[in-house]
Amino acid sequence: MDLTLKIWRQENRQAKGRFETYLVTNISPDSSFLEMLDILNQQLVDKFEMPVCFDHDCREGICGMCGLYINGRPHGPDTGVTTCQLHMRKFKDGDTITVEPWRAKPFPIIRDLVVDRSAFDKIIEAGGYVSVNTGGVPDANALPISKKDADIAMDAAACIGCGACVASCKNASAMLFVSAKVSQLSMLPQGKIEAKERVKKMVAKMDELGFGNCTNTGACEAECPKEISLSHIARMNRELYAAKIL
Amino acid sequence: MNTIFNSSVGRKLIMSLAGLFLISFLLVHLGINLLVFLESKEPFNKAAHFMGTNPVIKIMELTLFGGFLLHIIYGMIVSLQNKLARPIGYAKSNNSQQSFFSKYMFHTAVVIGIFLVLHLIDFYVKAKFIGGVPEVVYNGENYHDLATLVIARFKIGWVVWVYVAALLGLGFHLHHGFQSAFQTLGLNHPVYTPIIKGLGILYTILVTLGFMSIPVLVYFIK
Ligand code: HEM
Ligand code: FES
Repeated sequence: MDLTLKIWRQENRQAKGRFETYLVTNISPDSSFLEMLDILNQQLVDKFEMPVCFDHDCREGICGMCGLYINGRPHGPDTGVTTCQLHMRKFKDGDTITVEPWRAKPFPIIRDLVVDRSAFDKIIEAGGYVSVNTGGVPDANALPISKKDADIAMDAAACIGCGACVASCKNASAMLFVSAKVSQLSMLPQGKIEAKERVKKMVAKMDELGFGNCTNTGACEAECPKEISLSHIARMNRELYAAKIL
Repeated sequence: MNTIFNSSVGRKLIMSLAGLFLISFLLVHLGINLLVFLESKEPFNKAAHFMGTNPVIKIMELTLFGGFLLHIIYGMIVSLQNKLARPIGYAKSNNSQQSFFSKYMFHTAVVIGIFLVLHLIDFYVKAKFIGGVPEVVYNGENYHDLATLVIARFKIGWVVWVYVAALLGLGFHLHHGFQSAFQTLGLNHPVYTPIIKGLGILYTILVTLGFMSIPVLVYFIK
C-alpha cells in the first residue's frame, strides 16, 4: 500500500505545531498502524530527520499507552481496538491519513503525537484505590460476590486508561474513565467501604483538572477500545448524589 | 462549600431536573393550546383565564420561570466550560458514532431561547402588561379573548414560519434532552433505557407536531 500521511509535528509543549506531509510506500496491509509509523520513522532517520514521536508500550492492546487520533477518530477506523491493534487493511491503497494527538486542556502535548496524561494518574491518586492492611491470603469463599456484580466490576476494570474517551468527547469529558475506575471498586465489598469518599474525591479532582461536563453524547462509549459502557457513568452519578445529598 | 452544585455532575443534575420539569410543562401547555381548535372560543379563553389567575398556577408560573432560568444559566455555564476544556480543536472533525442532536444542544437552545422571548412578547406580555387584547363576556363576566388574538396572529404567514422553525429547534433539543436527562439522573438500565428512549422519541414527535399544528392549521383552516 502507498499512503500519504498528514502528521502533527510539535517540538515541545510551548512550540506552535504544524502538519507535515509524508509518503510511505510498499506498506503491507497486515502490518499494524504503529509498524507503519516505525517504517516512516526509519525513513526519516535514514534522511537524518527527527522521527515522529508517539506513545506505545505493549503493542498488544493491554497497556493503554498508545493513542492517536486518526482520521477524526481516536484509535482510528476500527472499533474496540487500540491504535497498536489497528491494522493497515482497514485503509485503502492511496489513502491520505491524518494523524493528530489527543486534544484536551488537561492533556498538554509533550512532543508531536505524545501527550501528557498524568491528569489520569492524579484522578486515581485522589481516590481510585482500596486502603487495606494486607494480612494473610483470605479464603477464596470467605467473601461471596454475586456473578452479576463480579462481571460489572470486571467490565469496568477492563479500562486501560488510554484517554480515547476524553479525545473523542466533544466536551473533553473524562466521565467514562472516572466512572470505570469508580465502578470497578464500588461493585466489590472491599471497595464499598470507601465508596462515598472515593467518588467525591475523584469527581472533584476530575473537575479541578479542567475536563469538560458530560452531555451524554455517547462518543466515548463508541470509541473506547475496551467498550466500557455508559451505564458506569450513570452508576457514578447515582453514587455521587447518594454521597453528597443523602 | 463542597456541595453537589459546584460539581460537574451536580450542574448536570440541575439541568436535567429543570429540563424534565420543562418537559412536563410543555404537555400541559400543549393540552390547553389545542382547545383553540374547538368550535367555541369559550373553553380556550376560560382555560387561559384560569391559568392567568388561579393562585396555585401563579406559584407554578414562578417555578416555571425559575426552571427556565436555572436550565438556561447552567446550560450556558456547562457549554462554556466544555469549550474551554479543548482550547485547540482537531483539524479533522470528529467522526465518532454519537447521538446526532447531542452535538447541537447549544445551537438548538439558542433558537429556543430567542423564540421564548419573541413568544412571550407575542402573547404573555400583551395579555399581562401592554393590554389591547379584545374582551368577551361569558355569563356576565369579562374575559380576555385570547383565542381571537391567537388566530389573528397565525393568519400572518411569516409568524407561522417563525413558529415552525423554532419548534423544529425545540424538537431536536428534546430528542436528545429527554433521554439524556434520565442518564444524568443515573437512571440507566438494560431493559428500561431503550423504553425511555422510545418514549422520548414519541414525546418529541407528539409535542413538536402538536405545537406546530396550531399555527399551521389556524393559518389554513380557521
Ligand atoms: C421548553 C424548553 C426546554 C426544554 C424542555 C429543555 C430540556 C432539556 C433537557 C431535558 C436537557 C438534557 C439535560 C441533561 O442531559 O441532563 C437539556 C439540555 C440542554 N439545554 Fe435545554 N430545554 C429547554 C430549553 C432550553 C433553553 C431555552 C436553553 C438555553 C438557552 C437550553 C439549554 C440547554 C443546553 C445548553 C443543554 C445541553 C446540556 C446537555 O446536553 O446535557 N435549553 N434541555
Ligand atoms: S501499546 Fe499498549 S495498548 Fe497499545
